[in-house]
Amino acid sequence: MQRFATKLTASFAAAAIVTIAMGADADVGDKYGAYKVEDRRSGFTYATKETQRIQVDDFENPAMIWVDDGEALWNKAEGEASKSCASCHNDAAESMKGVATVFPKYDPKLGRMKNVEKQINICRTERMKAKPWKLESNEMLAMTVYVRHQSRGMPMNVKVDGEVAPFFEAGKKFYYQRRGQLDLACGHCHVDNPGGQMRANILSQGQSNGFPTYRLKWQRVGSIHRRFRGCNKQVRAIPYKAGSEEYTNLELYVAWRGRGLPVETPAVRN
Amino acid sequence: MKSKALMLLAFGAVAMFVAGPAWAGDKKMMKPVNYKVVDGYKIPQSLTGKPGDAERGRKLAINRKKGNCLACHILPIPEQPFHGKIGPNLNQVAERYSEGEIRLRVVDPKVLNPDTIMPSFYKYDGFHRILKKFEGKSILSAQEVEDIVAYMLTLK
Ligand code: HEC
Ligand code: HEC
Ligand code: HEC
Repeated sequence: MQRFATKLTASFAAAAIVTIAMGADADVGDKYGAYKVEDRRSGFTYATKETQRIQVDDFENPAMIWVDDGEALWNKAEGEASKSCASCHNDAAESMKGVATVFPKYDPKLGRMKNVEKQINICRTERMKAKPWKLESNEMLAMTVYVRHQSRGMPMNVKVDGEVAPFFEAGKKFYYQRRGQLDLACGHCHVDNPGGQMRANILSQGQSNGFPTYRLKWQRVGSIHRRFRGCNKQVRAIPYKAGSEEYTNLELYVAWRGRGLPVETPAVRN
Repeated sequence: MKSKALMLLAFGAVAMFVAGPAWAGDKKMMKPVNYKVVDGYKIPQSLTGKPGDAERGRKLAINRKKGNCLACHILPIPEQPFHGKIGPNLNQVAERYSEGEIRLRVVDPKVLNPDTIMPSFYKYDGFHRILKKFEGKSILSAQEVEDIVAYMLTLK
């Protein structure tokens, strides 16, 4: 635990220096620290002091149990190949460092984008000859949290050009498409009105840097695609399946919106 | 907001009458109710010809499954703890707008501002990926629109 805390402080300090060097508003930069980069703000900066406090204290953050579960699974041999993740990737602190900052990533074999969950199941089925984990299962969430956690404090930095460009454009189009009976696009809430109060909620920029996130409302950890489904259903729109190509492209676009923000996994939110 | 001015100009210049047929937002499909947008900024005529009930309108403004106006607006409803601040405070809205102007803002505010976050409460089709159970329905029925308009007219 101490290790995480030290690592976090160090990388946040580094990111803060970058923010100031890039000429961001020094006052606001101070207030939000590394949780704000230019005009991009993590959901952390819109959360209550109490929620923030729970997130940053590894002993109080209820999602840290998921990190521990992920670590146990990392070392567990499974499948016909009798291999664990560690058999090939050794120490996750080394091999998985930075992974969360560059996913979703283009997969030439699939011919489309893959997120971390998809990559985990590729490794399970193709490398371990094990069954894929169900999305939103405890195992998949714990492993995704564990893998992404290894990048905590590092700036989000997905690639969006070259062969990725068409998927990025598809995600962007999704983001600005009005949908459902309330006829709203993501941008109406998260681009036009962050900081605004919508009944009891304070709208944030809808950033993804903390996912999988522990939601106090869910009383558990949930994936970014689960959140997308919730945001689709609340405007009375048909959601897509978790793991769908549509949501993976959307995840890419949302990750790009948060470029430079520190990975917070596992974040805590209302 | 710039588009609001543009739209007003365009509509005003040709003194256009937009006829918008719509289905009443009830369980069963009902006869479409026609309404006329006059001069691009108001719907002077009642959708139903039946007077609205302001008391019911107030309840609909609170109800999260119906108007949920409180999601975005402050209203003189002190017993409700959370009032949104996305749109203007409506405490004195009847002093700013006529009945017809308020009706258009509830029926289809996109006529005035195509980019608005405020939903069109009396729009029944043209939605993208609407959930099955809401297909062919508007958020509010024609009479519910009238109830809300009646409630808004008490706010002065
Ligand atoms: C038999 C060896 C093997 C095993 C076991 C294995 N992987 Fe992999 N993994 C690879 C190889 C090879 C790659 C890179 C090529 C690819 O994408 O297939 C990779 C790539 C990855 C990546 C992407 C890294 C990056 O920088 O893009 C992640 C994340 C990952 N694996 C997670 C896991 C997890 C979690 C497990 C256990 C559930 C696991 N792997 C098990 C061989 C393995
Ligand atoms: C009607 C307004 C509304 C719309 C439209 C909407 N959301 Fe949200 N969203 C919310 C609210 C409220 C929350 C919880 C508070 C917050 O973080 O904004 C939220 C939270 C989120 C979060 C979690 C942020 C965090 O820090 O944990 C993400 C990610 C998100 N939304 C993405 C989206 C995407 C993508 C879309 C479009 C498919 C979308 N939202 C559409 C209201 C909306
Ligand atoms: C999702 C947010 C949202 C909801 C829900 C909403 N509104 Fe609005 N409303 C707005 C915004 C934003 C404006 C400012 C003008 C614009 O953007 O079109 C507005 C403007 C108005 C105006 C004009 C006020 C003025 O001073 O110009 C009226 C009247 C109004 N709304 C009534 C209602 C009523 C009645 C309801 C419920 C049936 C409602 N609104 C629900 C967001 C909302």
